[in-house]
Amino acid sequence: MTLDVARIRKDFPILDRKVRGGRPLVYLDSANTSQKPRQVIDAMTEFFERHNANIHRANHELGEEATEAYEGARLKAAEFIGASDETEVVFTKNISEAINLVAYSMGNASASRTGPERFRLGPGDEVLITEMEHHSNIVPWQLLCERTGATLRWFGVTADGRLDLSAIGDLITQRTKLVAFAHQSNVLGTINPVAMLAGRAHAVGALVLVDAAQSVPHMPVNVAELGADFVGFTGHKLCGPTGIGVLWGRRELLDEMPPFLGGGEMIETVTMERTTFAPPPHKFEAGTMPIGQAVGLAAAMDYLTEVGRDTVRAHEQELLAHALSELTAIGGLRILGPTEPVDRGAAVSFELDGVHPHDAGQVLDEQGVAVRAGHHCAKPLHQALGIQSSTRASFYLYNTHDEVDALTAGIREAQRFFGAGPGGA
Amino acid sequence: MQLESLYQEIILDHYRRPHNKGLREPYDAEVRHVNPVCGDELTLRVTLKDGGDPAVADVCYDALGCSISQASASVLTDLVIGKPVSEAMEIGDAFLALMQSKGNAEPDEDVLRDAVAFAGVSRYPARIKCALLSWMAWKDATVQALAAREAG
Repeated sequence: MTLDVARIRKDFPILDRKVRGGRPLVYLDSANTSQKPRQVIDAMTEFFERHNANIHRANHELGEEATEAYEGARLKAAEFIGASDETEVVFTKNISEAINLVAYSMGNASASRTGPERFRLGPGDEVLITEMEHHSNIVPWQLLCERTGATLRWFGVTADGRLDLSAIGDLITQRTKLVAFAHQSNVLGTINPVAMLAGRAHAVGALVLVDAAQSVPHMPVNVAELGADFVGFTGHKLCGPTGIGVLWGRRELLDEMPPFLGGGEMIETVTMERTTFAPPPHKFEAGTMPIGQAVGLAAAMDYLTEVGRDTVRAHEQELLAHALSELTAIGGLRILGPTEPVDRGAAVSFELDGVHPHDAGQVLDEQGVAVRAGHHCAKPLHQALGIQSSTRASFYLYNTHDEVDALTAGIREAQRFFGAGPGGA
Repeated sequence: MQLESLYQEIILDHYRRPHNKGLREPYDAEVRHVNPVCGDELTLRVTLKDGGDPAVADVCYDALGCSISQASASVLTDLVIGKPVSEAMEIGDAFLALMQSKGNAEPDEDVLRDAVAFAGVSRYPARIKCALLSWMAWKDATVQALAAREAG
């Protein structure tokens, strides 16, 4: 089914905005954070206006309504990612916290002599990541390895922006305790072969964590088909609010894992000497959670489900194909990552000869085109590609063909302004 | 169009033909500063004059970065080389004040010379760090060089 983008755009009030002295906004920074439809804004407003109360511990009508809304969001999230059991869905504040939850839980298991064996790390054990990770899927594992004496290893990246799997036999071994990687690269757009990697990791008894922050918003994702043990994503890239993320984990693993944060709500009983913990997911949800944000996330999932996630994906793939063909036609422009729309999402990073990304971003911004310039929280990847930074345009369901053309016109203007590119000084 | 007010010709000239770029020996202190937002990196060396009141004998640098950060480093070297450290620090303070002015300052051209061209940058919060990268590095290196003199 074709997506009626004009109708979709009416749902996003911000897309009517003018920027930089009257230019229509061309928002191409959705991989950074997405815009929010009226349906999400309204759902959150209604929650705060009509149903606001704390959850699970207020025995009054509002408390019941708020609890139902929050737990309803959990059910919805489980359904959205094909999880059969909603207790496998832990709410976090974002994907970084979701990854840190697993890393710190493993750290806590490693610090205790009685910690569950498969979560314990020590010298000789290995954590395997990739060079194309966002810093949030690198730093927590570096810290964990520092704390436990384990070794951090990684897959390299090929020149065309795919995972270099040539050393897989050397990288995934009996020493590997955990493999963590992105479903889709936030810089390259590359979609990684999750099921294959999960299969290889499981064959040596390693755990598998998938950073799905850039995939869940843009395509149907089913955790059962991915075959991973943990899948994390964040609400604000998915038409939802900031402050809410999801960690999905296999129930038997969540049962075994030690808690991450301690506090209210995550306990069964507390004495001054010791505490026993609530079962998952509550074991990992200490303190008052972002309740209104969970309501917003649920509305965002409803919205994307109603539009159709296959429809969203098809629309983005069409924009991507147009963007790739237009961008590759610009002299002096090099796309990072796959240049064909195959196993690739709609985030396109590039470098321009003679124009620094910050300057390119500035010229684009002056024309109302919002992109991201910098290392996109993936410094090691940029280093591996031999560059310092790049400019990234990323597309979502509300973007149009004309907006791709506004991007390419803006890039040509940047080349003209800085006297770079074909025919330049 | 606003672009010309940000990217004044003076800035583009310094960007295309930077002054005092390239690392020179000997030097009293070297620092490496990074703009964590964009990853721009700058290595800067400071040499002070021997004897009497400390003065700036030389500043040189090597950097990868945007036009604003590159031009700012180039202008900095022109402004501080040959000046007493105390006067150079005052110029640095005047530049910092200009960057924090949100476009509302009237910079003193006698003090800031080519650096007045950066007035437009202060209206773009995301770019202020670019303009200040070399100045922060220079201050840091100068403080280290002064401390080394004291210790020596």
